Amino acid sequence: MESLYAITTGVLTACGLYLTLRGRTFPVVVGLTLLSYAVNLFLFSMGGLTTGAAAIIDGQSHFADPLPQALVLTAIVIGFAMTAFVVILAMRARSELGNDHVDGRKREEPHR
Amino acid sequence: MMQHLIVLPVVLPLVVGLILLRSRHGAMRTHRTVGVAATALLVAVAAVMLARAAGGEVTYYALGGWQPPFGIVLVLDRLSALMIMVTAVLALGCVIFACAGDDERGSNFHGLFQLQLMGINGAFLTGDLFNLFVFFEVLLLASYALLIHGGGKSRIQSAVHYVVLNLVGSSLFLISVGVLYGATGTLNMADMAVRLAELPAERAGLVTAGGLMLLVVFGLKAAILPLYFWLPRAYAAAPAPVAALFAIMTKVGIYAILRVYTLIFGEQAGVLEALERPWVWWLSLATMVVAGIGVLAARDLRLLVAYLVVISVGTLLAGIGMGSPAAVSALLYYLVHSTFVTGALFLIAEMIGLQRGKAGTRLVKGRPLRDGRRLAGLFFVGAIAVAGLPPLSGALGKALLMDAAAPWQQPWLWPILLGTGLAALVALSRAGSTLFWRSHDGEASGEALSRSRWLGAGGLLAASPLLVALAGPVSDYTRATADQLADPDVLVRAVLSDAGESP
Repeated sequence: MESLYAITTGVLTACGLYLTLRGRTFPVVVGLTLLSYAVNLFLFSMGGLTTGAAAIIDGQSHFADPLPQALVLTAIVIGFAMTAFVVILAMRARSELGNDHVDGRKREEPHR
Repeated sequence: MMQHLIVLPVVLPLVVGLILLRSRHGAMRTHRTVGVAATALLVAVAAVMLARAAGGEVTYYALGGWQPPFGIVLVLDRLSALMIMVTAVLALGCVIFACAGDDERGSNFHGLFQLQLMGINGAFLTGDLFNLFVFFEVLLLASYALLIHGGGKSRIQSAVHYVVLNLVGSSLFLISVGVLYGATGTLNMADMAVRLAELPAERAGLVTAGGLMLLVVFGLKAAILPLYFWLPRAYAAAPAPVAALFAIMTKVGIYAILRVYTLIFGEQAGVLEALERPWVWWLSLATMVVAGIGVLAARDLRLLVAYLVVISVGTLLAGIGMGSPAAVSALLYYLVHSTFVTGALFLIAEMIGLQRGKAGTRLVKGRPLRDGRRLAGLFFVGAIAVAGLPPLSGALGKALLMDAAAPWQQPWLWPILLGTGLAALVALSRAGSTLFWRSHDGEASGEALSRSRWLGAGGLLAASPLLVALAGPVSDYTRATADQLADPDVLVRAVLSDAGESP
């Protein structure tokens, strides 16, 4: 399970990074979202992966680390708000600058 | 009331900000009064905190009564008290300046301004790594909105870069926090310092990776060499009072570097001690060189001041790279000086731009200024202070830093520090002579500057001669702060009163 989890996180991060480096705002926003998913998964695993552990400590010695869950929840909320803000900012940039390039101007290179 | 003092710099701006956002259609006059009054109150709170911390006692506030290391704590020591004081005074100057009309160009200026202050103060006070992330997000989210306050093409464009870069930075922050938590099992900075002392050897690599990733994040906020490219455009495009407040934002990054690496990666960390130092030292020198070139190349006064901010960042980081208490003390003195002076210069640039009509702050021949003499006087004082000429505080700060350098560091630091000072001087004198002397013939017809603009900019600039006059007490305080930072045990013991016992 660990290797599957690690590969998933890694692939998500790689895709997110690639898209973040693109030139138009929409792929960049999608890339940021993927990156935040990858980070959330990573945070979730940072206390060590356990299976079949009690979520609530009730006199049990084998229990899940509650802290990563709290952190992921915070990170999800913040990431959600940031995504909403970036989407609006990208739309505003599209309407003010007349195109959706991150640099605010069209490249001279031919359109593929 | 007194036991809740430490949480006040966070709660006060939060409550005031929420009230101001709630009554968004209220009269502008009320908003201004509330905004200025709240910021003035923050200065008073900061003064009380400074007085309390000056004794050398470290106190903490456990939110919700959860004791550390399990709960979230706000820690007050000399360093955080000093930073809160600097923030509050700078913010007061900015908000007074904004009352002249910058706050009317968009909505919710004063509410967002207070939320920004809440984030900055929280970042300075928190004793918890994850909470540091949360406060970073608070101050960033408010700064995104303030940066595009008033709208306009250049602002939106630079805001896209700024927001995307900082979101990637936040992801990196979370990853490094996750790595550090996975390796040490705690997020409380004092507790992490204790646990690093007995870290199993096989986890040292993991902690190194996490620690250096944190350096990337803080370097992005502080605008260190390969990560500073967002800064000049964003600061040059931001509305003047916001740009002036942003002068403290780079210092948040510097504070975070100072705090995390003196506390967590201090002497007790063994092989991990001061793992950031060589990186910070060489990158800070390179930052200074590149920013010096940027200052010479700038064709706009606001861009020029933005590059001066990058120079000051490089200078401060060089202090961190040296690492000795004398260097930290010098860098704290320089930090106070450079925050106020670069903030004031942004405000002065806006005043100059307002009187030059279409030419704005671009360094081209323009109309003569209506208040040319007075503005030139202010600009002259600001330029001398920021370039580091005697008798103002810049010279004193630089002399302290150069004095603190070890013999092998001197051949690197001295020429670069003095050379960037010369570059700043050349650029500023060229800018000043273009702005004030090389104007078209004809009538000056710029808009009159209201009294609050003079008060805001002049007040911040007055900090420079004041810092010289009070150099003795201020440098005593920074020296004591540096000694406190060099001995993190005091903080660890204060926060974890049972640090000696096994958990």
